[in-house]
Amino acid sequence: MSQTYLFKRTEGLQDAPTSFCPGCGHGILLRLVAELVWELGLRGRTVGVAPVGCAVTAYDYWNFDVTEAAHGRAPAVATGIKRVHPDRLVFTYQGDGDLAAIGTAEIVHAANRGENLTTVFVNNAVYGMTRGQMAPTTMLGQKTTTTAAGRDPRQHGYPLRVCEMLAGLDGVVYLERLALSDPASVRRIKAAIRKGFECQLSGQGFSLIEVLSPCPVNWNLSPVDSLTYVREVMSPVFPPGVIKDRTCQKPAPGV
Amino acid sequence: MKDFIEGSDAVARAVALCRPGVISAYPITPQTHIVEFLASMVADGKLKSQFINVESEHSAASLVLGASAAGERVFSASSSQGLILMSEVLFNIAGMRMPVVLACVNRALSAPINIWNDQQDSMAVRDSGWIQLYAETGQECGDLIFQAYRLAESPEVRVPVMVCLDGYLLSHGLEVVDVPEAAEVDKFLPPYRPTEKLDPAVPMTFGPLAGPDYYLEIRHDLHAAMRGALKLIPSIAADFSRQFGRNSGGLVEAYRLEDAELAIVAAGSVCGTIKEAIDALRQEGVKAGLLRLVTYRPFPEEAVSAALAGVGRVAVLDKAISLGATGPIYADLATALVRGKHQARVNGYIAGLGGRDITIETIREIFTRLSGEEVSAGFVGLKG
Ligand SMILES: Cc1ncc(C[n+]2csc(CCOP(=O)(O)OP(=O)(O)O)c2C)c(N)n1
Repeated sequence: MSQTYLFKRTEGLQDAPTSFCPGCGHGILLRLVAELVWELGLRGRTVGVAPVGCAVTAYDYWNFDVTEAAHGRAPAVATGIKRVHPDRLVFTYQGDGDLAAIGTAEIVHAANRGENLTTVFVNNAVYGMTRGQMAPTTMLGQKTTTTAAGRDPRQHGYPLRVCEMLAGLDGVVYLERLALSDPASVRRIKAAIRKGFECQLSGQGFSLIEVLSPCPVNWNLSPVDSLTYVREVMSPVFPPGVIKDRTCQKPAPGV
Repeated sequence: MKDFIEGSDAVARAVALCRPGVISAYPITPQTHIVEFLASMVADGKLKSQFINVESEHSAASLVLGASAAGERVFSASSSQGLILMSEVLFNIAGMRMPVVLACVNRALSAPINIWNDQQDSMAVRDSGWIQLYAETGQECGDLIFQAYRLAESPEVRVPVMVCLDGYLLSHGLEVVDVPEAAEVDKFLPPYRPTEKLDPAVPMTFGPLAGPDYYLEIRHDLHAAMRGALKLIPSIAADFSRQFGRNSGGLVEAYRLEDAELAIVAAGSVCGTIKEAIDALRQEGVKAGLLRLVTYRPFPEEAVSAALAGVGRVAVLDKAISLGATGPIYADLATALVRGKHQARVNGYIAGLGGRDITIETIREIFTRLSGEEVSAGFVGLKG
């Protein structure tokens, strides 16, 4: 007997069109977060901290509390919220400019303090919102609006591997990197974010899920070619996988 | 050569003609085009500068501070949140007397987030010790860059200069701009030869600790250098117009003020709109005029006071506000007129915050309100 799945907007999302370009990963990722908040029964107990970047208007889409932070400062804002409300699910959702450029200090120190937070880190290798300038995560040779001849390591350094950098910090419990490159990967990403949220809900500490995510418009590629780019060009530089896992199988209290 | 270009492009081409050794910036809307134009010129080999992408505005400002201390001509650009994030270093650059030139593409400040134009960002750092020049047109965006380097690097000044251009209105608006030839620019702007720089042969420290015994004197010196710039700014502008055949820069511009009974004081691109409104009002028999501030820091008290002599009512239009007080230009202008023993009545109006359009109608409304209630910070165009 065949099963029929009925497509339904999750209640975690408002009925609002997003502002994302065709083929962008943000729409999928914001949705996964929203589905999880509902599936974990955390409506009314969740606070998201939105980035400055293409997902800046997440509050227009998510159907729960969201606060803004200055560019890069989401982990510090989230720390303030979580310390006041330790029983809430508090997470940051940040791009690679927000997290790996201007906000490097905040993510390192929130992680090093072992804050009981979850971060969804969307790595699209450019500053999307400001129209595709080089980020610390840009591929070597990649052409951007500020590296017209391609990223040259002698001038611009190397792609920054955030998970590997954070892995050495004792305050960090769970780090996983995934590539958003096909339908199956969407499910794996959702499972990883769920694990990050559960890690927080059971009071285990800091977790970060990095997603390599397509940005067709700023990469000058079609949406389909962008998925190939994530798989074939980004993934070898940012190898997907569990980078660190010190979670134990404690059930989440009260969930 | 005349070209139909954006104000951002006019800035970038002018900067390239000044040949800074080091350029560093972090992208922020609406400054991005300036940086992208410069990055392309460097990538194409048309500009022999080091273009350095860094992780934040705080780092960009620090990087150009270092390169300037090392003796290079430098450039940076920012806007809004980025300029505010730089502000710690802006004070350092000025305090260390580094002749840095920076373009501020004016944009509103958070919160709420707003990417549109007003002048709150540069006004918020007006006390940092930077000279501030405000452009009215795309042409002036470029012209002020040449003058900014001349001014900043003059040994008697040695103060950083911020060239302010209204976001979108100037940065993204297309205009016919006369871009000078390199040889002409070289005649106007001599090569940068710092009198002090980091040089192992002549060891020197920049920005050391200064306690209560000397801090006051050092701040006084910086203030005196800023005041001294009031003399140099008009003479550089005069040199510029002799060489390039057009007027740009200077302290202030008086428009139809000779016999004016009413006047508006403002800075930036809004002055183009005000001039049109004044022309229309003049046709209707209203004796209106404009005083455009090109230089806002140092504040040209005497020039302002002289230009407004005989004007009965003055409206100051601020695209920024010192919350809980008045618009910043209003406060400075009112002080200048008191010191100049003016009898004029001065009203302050706040308009255009967060990119709200200022139209000819808005200007007419201000002239109308000028004859009514006395206000120091009257918001124009407020929704009920
Ligand atoms: C202090 C400050 N500097 C710069 C900016 C401009 N800015 C807005 S978003 C952004 C980068 C966003 O890139 P990323 O974090 O990678 O997210 P994406 O847009 O690609 O999702 C920048 C530089 C800002 N808002 N504030």
